Amino acid sequence: MSAETQAPAALELREVRGPSAIGGGRRRFFDLLWLISATEFKKSFHGTAFGYLWSLVRPLMLFGVLLVVFTRIVRFGGDVANYPVMLLFNLVVFGLFQEGTGAAVSSVLAQEGIVRKTQFPRLVIPLSSVMVALFTMALNLVAVFGFILIYGVDPMWTWLLLPVILFLVFVLTCAVSLLLSALNVRFRDVAIIWTVAATVLLYATPIIYPIDFLEPSFLKDLLLANPLTLIFTQARAWIIDPAAPSAVTVAGGWLNMLPAITIYVATCILGVWVFKREAPKIAERL
Amino acid sequence: MSMQPVVIEARGVSKSFRLSVNKINSLKEMVTTFSQSEHKELRALRDVSFEVRRGEFFGIVGRNGSGKSTLLKVLASIYGADQGTVRMAGRLAPFIELGVGFNPELTARENVELNGVMMGLERREARGRLGAVLEFAELEEFVDMKLKNYSSGMLVRLAFSVMIQSDAEILLIDEVLAVGDAAFQQKCADVFHEMRDSDRTVILVTHDMGAVEHYCHRAMLLHDGEVRAVGDPGEVARKYLRLNFESAPSSGEDSLGEVADVVVEDAWLEDDSGARVTNVEKGRDLHFCAELEAKREVEGPTFGFTFANPDGVEVMGFGVPLGDLPERVVAGQKLRVRSRIENRLAPGRYIVRCWIHRNRNIADIVLYSPHVLDFVVFGKGEPGVAFFETEVRLELSDGREK
Repeated sequence: MSAETQAPAALELREVRGPSAIGGGRRRFFDLLWLISATEFKKSFHGTAFGYLWSLVRPLMLFGVLLVVFTRIVRFGGDVANYPVMLLFNLVVFGLFQEGTGAAVSSVLAQEGIVRKTQFPRLVIPLSSVMVALFTMALNLVAVFGFILIYGVDPMWTWLLLPVILFLVFVLTCAVSLLLSALNVRFRDVAIIWTVAATVLLYATPIIYPIDFLEPSFLKDLLLANPLTLIFTQARAWIIDPAAPSAVTVAGGWLNMLPAITIYVATCILGVWVFKREAPKIAERL
Repeated sequence: MSMQPVVIEARGVSKSFRLSVNKINSLKEMVTTFSQSEHKELRALRDVSFEVRRGEFFGIVGRNGSGKSTLLKVLASIYGADQGTVRMAGRLAPFIELGVGFNPELTARENVELNGVMMGLERREARGRLGAVLEFAELEEFVDMKLKNYSSGMLVRLAFSVMIQSDAEILLIDEVLAVGDAAFQQKCADVFHEMRDSDRTVILVTHDMGAVEHYCHRAMLLHDGEVRAVGDPGEVARKYLRLNFESAPSSGEDSLGEVADVVVEDAWLEDDSGARVTNVEKGRDLHFCAELEAKREVEGPTFGFTFANPDGVEVMGFGVPLGDLPERVVAGQKLRVRSRIENRLAPGRYIVRCWIHRNRNIADIVLYSPHVLDFVVFGKGEPGVAFFETEVRLELSDGREK
């Protein structure tokens, strides 16, 4: 090129590769992710008198209802050690998954203007929805640990393993968010289906009941194939009740954890692959 | 300009869209229409190649649907090209429309930072630029107001200001000239003038042939996704207008596109006694006359004229009043425009431009002639482009009256 332009200083031309998931450089990607997540998070508190409190009220209300139902009406909660705090902890951590994916699924559609008229790293859009859910959960967890201490659970060294639990939930949330947000551009009913599916998952994961309540059965095997089941089972042993069985015990050995691990890894790969594949075409499909 | 290095190089860029005749938007529709899904292929760009050098103000013109915006989106990495390559050197402003990244729930301060980061600045840099952005936009008092409370004019000012204060080396601009109030438009025009002479490369997509001729060093005409002409803006503008006539449904046999449906046969100025003149004394009424001839039938024609100074600023404009406009003109019909215009023009040279539209629709151009006549207003110069009757008094007091 430089030879035929005979310019005094021919500039090096970079190929423009079109839109992509990260496009525009790593620093810009993280700056945008942080800025958009932080402003969205702040925004969710603006304009309401109680601000942050509202984000705590939602899990607390659900918690209150479930607590009354399962300790006063169905009365199985009484048999589970530290049942109220287990329920509260599980609801708050599951909130990351439910709210993250729920907001992400329609996020790319909602940001149509940005996607169609700017060169914007597409990945930022669903990820910032997950980040907002992460910030909310982090704040809520502070309150949850207050409750746990007040309830009388002694601090244990395994509490230090909490980041492992959160990391596993966070990664899965990101992967599912990528998958759903990309698919929703093609099929607009993915968002509707997902609201139902997320509710099903709430009951298909040991959130309001511990997994050891189930007799060995097909249903239990099905639940054990759900990666979230193992994560929440392990969380209970580490955070709430050291006497509770670990994930390995519940599954009955490492080998039986394979389906869940496979599904977890496959979801992550699928999410990234589908999003990467769809990202360059998103602007045209909107 | 030719010695400057190439900063944008497009080689054989093609892009098509598959338009499903019945667009599938849900899973159910996909299942039910799977077997009979029809697609129409729309070829938006066909083998487009061009180069732009550093510092050039490069215009892209073409009718609606000619592929201009698709090309801009390919350049901006919003769409990927199906074939061909685009290569670029230098930082590109990733917007093709003003104010796209704005969030109405955030304040100007937050939006300027966000937009700056989208432009590729670091957060600190983006914040540091806030003052300059607001100053140019004249919105300093509104820095902490949410954008949803801004007027549309304020938004445009802010957006334009963010764009020019980013230090992107390549700017892609899609029709922004007709925004904001007159004063801000003038400011934008100044900026464009500056950019024209700077090292910044600007790609401007527009319908406004006046702007193309005025600002651009070179221009490119796109038609049906193909490059029809690249080069001198005046030449490209003429080709664009010719293309417009060609494809306009007209009945004439000699539709070689060389002749517009209506042509200006003659234009002149007269003095008070009716004699033709080329110069007019400052303050003397102008009698502008023009003779037009219709070459083909034109429905609902309108006729407009403007006087522009050598800087390209249109100082005033006027049109044939609605009541005088015919329903249609037929081939061979002659029209004579006669006018008396109060002359408030500052001394200097003026160029008369003429616009003719059809269907009473200013978007439907029959003729745009950038130069039907020029004349000189002579007399004592005063600052400004126009002068007005003024009464000015000065009162002196010794300051001790009270």
